[in-house]
Amino acid sequence: MDLIYNTWPWYVAGPLITLTMFLLIKMGKKFGMSSNLRTMCSIGGAGKFVDFFKFDWKKNIWNLYVVAGVILGGFLALQFLSPTAPQISQDVVIKLQELGINSTNTSFLPTELFSLESMLTFKGFSILLIGGFLVGFGARYAGGCTSGHAISGLSNLQIPSLIAVIGFFIGGLVMVHLLFPLIF
Amino acid sequence: MKNFLSFFGVGIFLGILFIKSEVASWFRIYEMFQFKSFHMYGIIGSAIAIGIITVKYLKHTQAKDFSGKNITIKPKEKGFTRYLAGGIIFGLGWALAGACPGPMFVLLGTMLPSILVLIIGALLGTFIYGVLKYKLPH
Repeated sequence: MDLIYNTWPWYVAGPLITLTMFLLIKMGKKFGMSSNLRTMCSIGGAGKFVDFFKFDWKKNIWNLYVVAGVILGGFLALQFLSPTAPQISQDVVIKLQELGINSTNTSFLPTELFSLESMLTFKGFSILLIGGFLVGFGARYAGGCTSGHAISGLSNLQIPSLIAVIGFFIGGLVMVHLLFPLIF
Repeated sequence: MKNFLSFFGVGIFLGILFIKSEVASWFRIYEMFQFKSFHMYGIIGSAIAIGIITVKYLKHTQAKDFSGKNITIKPKEKGFTRYLAGGIIFGLGWALAGACPGPMFVLLGTMLPSILVLIIGALLGTFIYGVLKYKLPH
């Protein structure tokens, strides 16, 4: 059971991600999670205002079934299969302390950002909303996210996906190294 | 129903995988952008390496899907600006929120209301892209 309870090492997790992509291709679909955000906007009636959301979303309903499973799987794994928090490199623990984040190695997510208390502050709420906004906006602008570009796209040797993934890293590095010291 | 259960089942598997591999943890994303651990690079790198072989194999053998139809993997549209600009914006959000679109949903399992704010933000971002689509360089 330790195999389940411990962190799954990269050489297990990586191939299992490919297996997921393989299964979805064999089921006649593809591996891409951010399309769901567009589908949800359409279901919510965004097509009335913007043509981008006027499409036959029923064709994408399978992807929402995947999301429903992801939510349940996440709940099961977090509540029953994960007795320990992620254990992060010691250098990083110190760096995070300098930013005022002290929940490292004790929590799956930093409580300084995700707790109800933090969410109810103006700054905490803004960080969550803006973070989510950039992910949603960027994923649609780039036409895909980590699953659609980094995994599916690069597996198919797509140059556009390579450009997008380089963009992901430019953005991520700028955020962590230049903007975090200003935000936190 | 069978259709629902098979996709739902893949989802449950993926959800457990996102948590147990910790790719849905804000801390892992931060650690990755600090280049302090091989974990995330190993996951993404091995997934792509095996993915390349898998896709080559599927194409080479002209494999069929489970229902017997030919497998077609659509190439991405050509372009540059949208991929770089969109990618950078996505990366900024990925590092700040510590979650990309899949992990965002898996984190609902924490039962933290803050995850809903994240998802509402992502839906809002998607909507605003739709509004601005024809005004943005692609």
